[in-house]
Amino acid sequence: MENKYIYIIGFGIIAALVIGTLAYGAANGFDFGGSDDSGGEIAPGEDGDEYEPWWNGIFGDYELPGETESLLFAVQAAIGAIIIGYFIGRSQNRGA
Amino acid sequence: MHIMEGFLDPIWCAVWFVIAIPIVALGAKKVIELMRDHPEHKMTIALSGAFIFLLSSLKIPSVTGSSSHPTGTGFAVVMYGIATCAFLSTIVLIFQAILLAHGGLTTLGANICSMGIIGPAVGLGVWLLMIKAGLKIPVALFCATLVADLFTYVVTSFQMSLNFGFEYFVDYLTNYAVTQIPLAIVEGILFFMFGMYLINNKPEIFDIAQGVADAKKEGA
Repeated sequence: MENKYIYIIGFGIIAALVIGTLAYGAANGFDFGGSDDSGGEIAPGEDGDEYEPWWNGIFGDYELPGETESLLFAVQAAIGAIIIGYFIGRSQNRGA
Repeated sequence: MHIMEGFLDPIWCAVWFVIAIPIVALGAKKVIELMRDHPEHKMTIALSGAFIFLLSSLKIPSVTGSSSHPTGTGFAVVMYGIATCAFLSTIVLIFQAILLAHGGLTTLGANICSMGIIGPAVGLGVWLLMIKAGLKIPVALFCATLVADLFTYVVTSFQMSLNFGFEYFVDYLTNYAVTQIPLAIVEGILFFMFGMYLINNKPEIFDIAQGVADAKKEGA
């Protein structure tokens, strides 16, 4: 029975951490871009300009619309979540 | 977290590819053999891959004002070792590089080295030490995933510094690694809970994990 409390406490801490950072960021007006983008900005280019990547990838300058990008990220998460859910469901059934 | 397309000089792209390719190939071979000889492992391999898929898609904002994502490689590496973990990470990295323009094809080798090989290798080292010291599996899993996640970003900073000069190392470290600390803790807690769940419901799953059999032998 006490195991149940571990999950509750664990998810509680995770929720607190995520909400805490979100609130902290919002209060300070941070812009939540990716750390890979901001990492790119550190890279020094010529004459103090921003670094120019030497290749822009197979899609060139085309950028996915935000909605499509979220969709693909969600698809990726869903693939993972379905497999994990299937595993937990199966091992749960076997125990019963 | 991944190094973006075109950000590393061609020579460094080549160097990281040369390091990554043999390990990924070995991992692919291992997975194929495991699937053929031990079909009962199929589910666990899928599970460790699923964690990398799920966690590396979750972009969570972090304290330094940028967002980042956990890597989820800790579980794969403690169950099946570095090569298999590198192979599973490669699948995710190719998915993200091609479909999401996150990371890139030219920097794929460097990203495999940081997320699939060196970061998890450090995590595996922590896991082996803790298992040997007789610590409980969920605790060891917590530390291993936390360290694997964090070191992925330390390695990324290192790779960028190799390319752009070490005067930027601290900048990269604060940009990548500091952003990652809260996320690494979140990932550690998640795997701690999953470890507890497995210990209670399917403890035999850890019999094949790295170092566990040896530790049991010594204990017996």
